[in-house]
Amino acid sequence: MTDDVADQADSNRRHFLTVATAITGAVGAAFVAVPFLSSLKPSARAQALGAPVEVALGNIQPGELVRVLWRGKLIFILRREEKMLSELANNDDNLKDPNSEVVEQQPEYAANPTRSVRPEFLVLEGSCTHLGCAPIEDFPVRPAENWYGGFFCPCHGSKFDLAGRVLKGVPAPTNLRVPPYRFVRDDLLLIGQDTGVA
Amino acid sequence: MARAEADVAKSTGGVVKWIDDRFPLMETLRYHVTEYYASKNFNFWYVFGVLAFVVLIIQLLTGIFLTMNYKPSSAEAFASVEYIMRDVEWGWLIRYMHSTGASFFFVVVYLHMFRAMLYGSYKKPRELIWVIGMLIFFVLMAEAFAGYLLPWGQMSYWGAQVIISLFGAVPVVGDALVEFIKGDYAISDITLNRFFALHVILLPLLLVGLIFVHIVALHEVGSNNPDGIEIKENKDANGVPLDGVAFHPYHTSKDLVAIIIFLIIFSAVVFFAPEAGGYFLEHANFEPANVRVTPEHIAPVWYFTPFYAILRAVPSKAGGAALMAAAVLLPLFLPWLDKARVKSIRYRGWMYKSALTLFVISFVMLGWLGLQPAEGIYVTLTRVFTIVYFAYFVLMPYYTSIDKTKPVPNRVVYNA
Repeated sequence: MTDDVADQADSNRRHFLTVATAITGAVGAAFVAVPFLSSLKPSARAQALGAPVEVALGNIQPGELVRVLWRGKLIFILRREEKMLSELANNDDNLKDPNSEVVEQQPEYAANPTRSVRPEFLVLEGSCTHLGCAPIEDFPVRPAENWYGGFFCPCHGSKFDLAGRVLKGVPAPTNLRVPPYRFVRDDLLLIGQDTGVA
Repeated sequence: MARAEADVAKSTGGVVKWIDDRFPLMETLRYHVTEYYASKNFNFWYVFGVLAFVVLIIQLLTGIFLTMNYKPSSAEAFASVEYIMRDVEWGWLIRYMHSTGASFFFVVVYLHMFRAMLYGSYKKPRELIWVIGMLIFFVLMAEAFAGYLLPWGQMSYWGAQVIISLFGAVPVVGDALVEFIKGDYAISDITLNRFFALHVILLPLLLVGLIFVHIVALHEVGSNNPDGIEIKENKDANGVPLDGVAFHPYHTSKDLVAIIIFLIIFSAVVFFAPEAGGYFLEHANFEPANVRVTPEHIAPVWYFTPFYAILRAVPSKAGGAALMAAAVLLPLFLPWLDKARVKSIRYRGWMYKSALTLFVISFVMLGWLGLQPAEGIYVTLTRVFTIVYFAYFVLMPYYTSIDKTKPVPNRVVYNA
């Protein structure tokens, strides 16, 4: 009996049906996977909490570093003194990317020698481009050590200058990232949004 | 044999028979326990599989009870752990058992893996047991990593920051992948919540499933032994290996001694040194997570430090991440890298013996170096031992094929 059934079976047709069913099932599984995977992306609330933040600049003294949070990330705002800015050029030969050529690391308007909109205010993400530790400020100049002030990462020793540019010979691959920002007023900074730059 | 048959006859009445007619209870017990024959010359190294199982039970049990008081939210996590430590009756004991258990899990698993390398337990026909075992190791690493974020201390936060940042080294999709893992723009409440889900549901389920498959595969081919010979090749008239003794009661009674000694050491740590001088519970983790400040000295828990040292050996992010991934994955290929005709170290030549010795030294040294600051002589030493670590695997096909081996006996021996 069973032999008869097997003899009568059209194995091509059976094979086609097996493959067609498997493919249909796989497509269905792929569609079902979408909502599950999408649920792992930043939620509407996380995006809302990631809204731009305002920072009043009036109280920041020259040479002072201020830390704020935007999207849960640490943001450095450094009011650079004239001397700090004039020392920047000393590092040029010792940098991996002195001219901010890695496009993702800053908005277009910060791809300049001071990596800022207004040279006085440096705005950076305080997250080492190596493995994300928060760099520590080390501003005193020590020409003997070829150090003209900047940031030092305690985790793996990466070094950055006072424009957030990475020095050669450290594990961090690229410059500290500049977040999008704009000056709403002369003394009010908006971090996280740069449309309508004055 | 006569007694075993009598046992079976006795057990086939009443409730057991009722069950056996509906579920293969006695058959399963005989196959996996009372008539599973393992070599009679097992030594010290053969207790760590059972001990890993004991730690698993400790972790599952204590984990369930911790879950009843822990709160997986960034606002409450740190305080809820302190609440467990101070206000929950015996909460400190349950938590210290769990945190100490995590370290002991790695101690016994590393020794268990070393046993396989000593006696060639990964070689044919046990390749799949080894591969499944490595998958268990990977899941265990993920489980430990996810669990370490939960107390929401400084080291939890920054350790997770460093490890998740590693995925940023993946070309093209790196940044998107990091954001996807975090579920937010930075490590946050959302990340903590999902790591909790992974730590208490997905990964333990995977772990238990893989351990089940690991044991089924082992019982299919049979356990290796310190001589690395197949005891199934010499059987008596009843088909029982001449060099084998039943897992129960013979191996279980030996294992019971090991379990008691293990529990004595385990209890000593739980009661007298649960932080183990900062190695099991790092000092920085007694401060709540602070997004603004990275701890001065950041290092993972000891069981990850050999791989962490390899990561730091390379002065490039992508290179370091790739080398670390390679260091973790390479042991998976041992069954095919090892070309020796004998399994056990007892019958191998000086080349493999030296290679394994150097490998152990490099692994231990890398573990120590991963705890040191990445500067000066430490970096040089790290690079040297990283090369030794990789040489063990990469050169293995060469030195194991030319190494002089000794003749292997037909039957197991007790001293060799």
